[in-house]
Amino acid sequence: MADWTLFEVFVRSKHGLNHKHVGSVHAADATMALENARELYTRRSEGVSLWVVPAEQITASAGDEKEPFFDPADDKVYRHASFYKLPPEVDQM
Amino acid sequence: MKNDQALIEYLLRLADTDMVLAQRFCEWCGNAPALEEEMAMLNAGLDLIGQARNWYDYAAELLDDGRDADHLAFRRNEREYRNLLIAEQPRGDYAVTTVKQFFFDVWHHLVLTRLTESSDERIAGIAAKALKEVTYHRRRSTEWMLRLGQGTDESHRRLADAVENLWRFTYELADTDDVEDQLAEAGIGAGNVGDAWRAEVARVFAEAGLELPEPARHFYMDGKNGKHTEHLGFLLAEMQYLPRAYPDATW
Amino acid sequence: MYAQQVDTGSKGLKSLDDMSPEERHFQEKVDAEVRIEPKNWMPDGYRKTLIRQISQHAHSEIVGMLPEGNWLTRAPSLKRKLQLMAKIQDEAGHGLYLYSAMETLGADRDEEIEKLHRGEVKFSSIFTYPTLSWADMGAIGWLVDGAAIVNQVPLQRCSYGPYARAMIRVCKEESFHQRQGYEILLTMMREGTDEQKEMVQDAINRFWWPSLMMFGPSDTNSPNSAQSMAWKIKRHSNDELRQRFLDQTVPQLEFLGCTAPDPDLKWNEETGHYDFGEINWQEFFDVLKGHSPCGIERIQQRKKAIDDGQWVRDAAVAYAEKQKANDAA
Repeated sequence: MADWTLFEVFVRSKHGLNHKHVGSVHAADATMALENARELYTRRSEGVSLWVVPAEQITASAGDEKEPFFDPADDKVYRHASFYKLPPEVDQM
Repeated sequence: MKNDQALIEYLLRLADTDMVLAQRFCEWCGNAPALEEEMAMLNAGLDLIGQARNWYDYAAELLDDGRDADHLAFRRNEREYRNLLIAEQPRGDYAVTTVKQFFFDVWHHLVLTRLTESSDERIAGIAAKALKEVTYHRRRSTEWMLRLGQGTDESHRRLADAVENLWRFTYELADTDDVEDQLAEAGIGAGNVGDAWRAEVARVFAEAGLELPEPARHFYMDGKNGKHTEHLGFLLAEMQYLPRAYPDATW
Repeated sequence: MYAQQVDTGSKGLKSLDDMSPEERHFQEKVDAEVRIEPKNWMPDGYRKTLIRQISQHAHSEIVGMLPEGNWLTRAPSLKRKLQLMAKIQDEAGHGLYLYSAMETLGADRDEEIEKLHRGEVKFSSIFTYPTLSWADMGAIGWLVDGAAIVNQVPLQRCSYGPYARAMIRVCKEESFHQRQGYEILLTMMREGTDEQKEMVQDAINRFWWPSLMMFGPSDTNSPNSAQSMAWKIKRHSNDELRQRFLDQTVPQLEFLGCTAPDPDLKWNEETGHYDFGEINWQEFFDVLKGHSPCGIERIQQRKKAIDDGQWVRDAAVAYAEKQKANDAA
């Protein structure tokens, strides 16, 4: 039996960047989870902000669903800037 | 006493208290109730030794007798040590550690806050850095006071027992002696933080469901002036073993 | 290594043709160096092997704090105390990173720790040895962490994503551990008294062979290696890693001005490697079975910490529930 809840931890390493998943911690509540995450994942000044989320609250896409779930995006190249060929004079856009 | 001499005394009290408490944290290594708590205690211990080193360095400069920070930490005996009595009490169970730490953290936070305003710039600088760390220590120990106080019957009982056992040492936190008064008048030291200490402890006790005892009365022991309980001797014997056993060694 | 003799549950390798379509798809991904992630399909044996290996690795980090903790209260200076505390704290952190990776496989940390306390799973043989002098802190940092790094560097490319990523973090943080250990020994050898120099040599004498044993038995005697290699949980053979460690360590040993307790240790011009003497594998297997100076004590201490802490963890849970109820009200 697990004593404490499993929380997933997300760290923002610098202002202006997204939070990134780094791992998990155990804690009795969210306050403690934040503190435990601080001790564990930011000992070397790795972060400016932390999120903790109970692991059971996360809904993930099924691992082997890559094909139906993500491949349809592969042929929509018009969503990427590199799809649009511009003359060199304005290609800095 | 000249201000300089009083200042050395004062610095050693701050340093020794940090050092002795950190040593008690070290004793938790491998024994904490959860790995997460182990990390947290080692972190707090690291903070305290870092602070002790800063105070010792300054004291060594003022002493100017060839002793350095390590010498002050590892070669003075229990009658020369100036830590608060509460710091040297055995780590006990997690309730004892929590109460000790809470009493100290509240005091430490008040003292450091005032020291950031010290007319001695060196002290103000060290205090400003330490205050960030201690703000977090106080937050953590306060949270644990509430968890244990409101948690289970057992945790509440253990917490109340710890308070009963440790309360008698708190007069040192609520009172000042000549050294402290003199430095406070000179604008250097923090002076008496007793009222604020008691108010904050009362607030947390009320929330934790603990009864606030009458202010602790003085007794004949006095850690600030080198009169300790029996525990300190053993703590120092262990901590100072290598430098004492091998006085000529370089580590 | 930190995870020694991990059972993969299979003694023979299946060919792609013998595999089910799922297995084949999985193996092809592994072969193509695509990382396996928690939600991906994986063979049961792969999952179980990883749980065994990662838990053993994590347990070793946690138990490995104890031989160093033995000297934490006796560190000889402020600087050394700070360094050792930071190192031990990292080890707790590394144990937690690893447990976190293990939990992505559906294993429960508390249950796995209970298995350790019941003696059903092992921790690294190296941590059953006692630490008898301050020089042991140097020897452990240099030799034991040195051996661990040689093992962990290839694990950064392990096929299982969360394990590989935990290893990247661990390797990044661990770089100071070995240097810290070596510097302890170097200071004692260069600036120390004769007594201190003897301490250093004595520590090396005691930790030399156990460090070489950390890599596990020779490959000819390691029935699980082939499957672990095919799954790319393991990238190099035990002997290969041991040799790599030895080749990098001997020059450091000479620089210290110390010797190894191995009369057969010598440079081999032809192979470009150091030759070394026969390892006493009986000692290794004895130690794993608990016939060791500190094996039992280490587990007792860990078990006591967790058992004695039950009321603390319970209190935190009870408090959290009360807070939740208050918020709801």
